[in-house]
Amino acid sequence: MKLHVSLPGLEMKNPVMPASGCFGFGKEFAQLYDLNDLGAIAIKATTEEARFGNETPRVAETEAGMLNAIGLQNPGLKGVTEQELPWLQQLDTPILANVAGTKMEDYEAVAAGLSESGMVAALELNISCPNVKEGGITFGTDPKLAAELTKRVKHVSDVPVYVKLSPNVTDITEIAKAVEHAGADGLSLINTLSGMKIDPATRKPLLANEIGGLSGPAIKPVAIRMIYQVRQVTELPIIGMGGIMGMEDVLEFMIAGADAVAVGTANISNPFACPEIIQELTDWAGTEPAADWAGWKQGGVKA
Amino acid sequence: MIQKEWMSVVSIDEIAASIFEVVLEGDMPERIQAPGQFVHVKTSPHVAPLLRRPVSISEHWPEQRRMALVFRAEGEGTSRMAAWRAGDEVDVLGPLGNGFDTSDVDEGEKALIVGGGVGVPPLLGLAKQLAGHGVRVQTVLGFADEPSAFFQERFSALGDCFVSTIDGSIGETGFVTDVIDRRGLSYDAIYACGPLPMLRALDSSYATAKGKLSLEERMGCGIGACFACVCHTADDPDGTSYRKVCSDGPVFPWGEVVLS
Ligand SMILES: Cc1cc2nc3c(=O)[nH]c(=O)nc-3n(C[C@H](O)[C@H](O)[C@H](O)COP(=O)(O)OP(=O)(O)OC[C@H]3O[C@@H](n4cnc5c(N)ncnc54)[C@H](O)[C@@H]3O)c2cc1C
Ligand SMILES: Cc1cc2nc3c(=O)[nH]c(=O)nc-3n(C[C@H](O)[C@H](O)[C@H](O)COP(=O)(O)O)c2cc1C
Ligand code: FES
Repeated sequence: MKLHVSLPGLEMKNPVMPASGCFGFGKEFAQLYDLNDLGAIAIKATTEEARFGNETPRVAETEAGMLNAIGLQNPGLKGVTEQELPWLQQLDTPILANVAGTKMEDYEAVAAGLSESGMVAALELNISCPNVKEGGITFGTDPKLAAELTKRVKHVSDVPVYVKLSPNVTDITEIAKAVEHAGADGLSLINTLSGMKIDPATRKPLLANEIGGLSGPAIKPVAIRMIYQVRQVTELPIIGMGGIMGMEDVLEFMIAGADAVAVGTANISNPFACPEIIQELTDWAGTEPAADWAGWKQGGVKA
Repeated sequence: MIQKEWMSVVSIDEIAASIFEVVLEGDMPERIQAPGQFVHVKTSPHVAPLLRRPVSISEHWPEQRRMALVFRAEGEGTSRMAAWRAGDEVDVLGPLGNGFDTSDVDEGEKALIVGGGVGVPPLLGLAKQLAGHGVRVQTVLGFADEPSAFFQERFSALGDCFVSTIDGSIGETGFVTDVIDRRGLSYDAIYACGPLPMLRALDSSYATAKGKLSLEERMGCGIGACFACVCHTADDPDGTSYRKVCSDGPVFPWGEVVLS
């Protein structure tokens, strides 16, 4: 079976990419393996200005998962376009650039700057970081705001725009429909679930930011359910993520309705997670009679 | 070069109360560049505990393809490590970070090595290297109490070694800084690793010293990609300067980072 997938802006050799924020801008992993083996790379969120992020501790281990509150630390639009993106150009792997901000104007400026740089294949609008607020409402939890932001960013971007959805909502299909209507080229889901951990010994939260985003195997059933639900209401391509650790997980996401997947936390506990999963998939595909993913998915859940 | 390797456990011993020394064998020891580097240990082949545990390399013997780690069995991950037995194969990522650069002291000069608790282990490899270069090594080790103290003899073999305990059960009563001041220890450079309050006390008492200190921080990836482990720098014009403890450190020049 052919592993290749073709999504707006992203021609992928296989459906696996590292998820934003869990892979930096790729350099650290390039010392470990050939990044051309990856289907695509989702780079760390870029904001307009450089950000230090939150104080430490920024991570805490939980049952089959972890909490993080990095706080979108990044070198800013200028730093990313001048110091990070040029190096990534030597790769034959499409770059999905994650865009974050606190105001609509920030998102527009970052999206325009990244798009104009000509160095990214597509954008991923991060409207779902648990710590980014506008007037007390995250863009990712209000369908109207999410749609307006999508429209404005689409207007200034020459590359396809994926909108990354938050699981911290009552009905994720509403947001999915709203951003599809506003012109999104694709969706990625899920971002982290808002969570908290308290140390009984100190009676204090473990994270300096108190609240953080839960990721890893613990959130996989939530991700599968949400992708399945969103798949019922839209034809848009879906990049699925949330707790993928191995090949079996990738297959589960593809059946639920994803067209490609992103691997986040697994890179943190095992920096070779992506190439290991891709190797497993390649071995598996060697014995699959279906011609491609569409053929393989036939007869699975209604998607 | 960082590698992920299944290393075999050669031996494991409880050298003090809940303090274990494990000797591992594999290819990694040949790649270690300096004392103070660390490894990131997956303490179970299953999903949980999910995160690796950072542990310093205390000593290494490249010809024998061996290295040692010394750790305190405390939480879930380190308790699993304490249950390792000779012959087990364990998942180790490393060597990570930048170790101690010893160019601050020349042959015949004096190095003051200051360690506290489980900050002591990486200083043993350092002390051996310094002594091997003809540097005069004096050590001050701080522990909570007698049962948790270790390595006094190994450091004594390399030079003067003073011990302090908070309860006075062995050595001198008080903190490492009390010992240094009471004895008026002189030095050309200080090398320190231990709990943050100890590092802060050293940093403020001997602000103008030359030397290096090794920091701890909660980690995710251990390789510089996730930004879990950052600290502020002393020189920070616009509030966004930082160092990653895992890949820029864990050893930093005296005064470079903010000890908060
Ligand atoms: C560079 C570096 C070198 C270290 N070297 C040694 C050493 O040589 N010997 C030794 O005994 N200890 C060392 N530590 C501390 C050691 O990493 C922690 O004691 C260990 O991670 C605790 O794990 P646990 O399973 O016992 O605790 P748990 O409470 O189960 O740990 C939960 C989470 O918190 C993290 N965590 C808890 N305490 C610390 C801490 N003090 N520092 C960093 N992360 C922590 C764990 O890694 C894990 O992600 C080092 C830490 C760093 C950063
Ligand atoms: C340390 C860390 C940092 C992250 N940073 C970002 C980010 O900058 N932008 C973003 O859209 N998502 C970010 N995420 C979310 C991941 O991209 C992913 O959506 C989520 O972790 C679920 O996947 P996983 O369970 O495989 O990690 C981050 C996750 C982690 C663990
Ligand atoms: S632990 Fe990931 S950057 Fe240091």
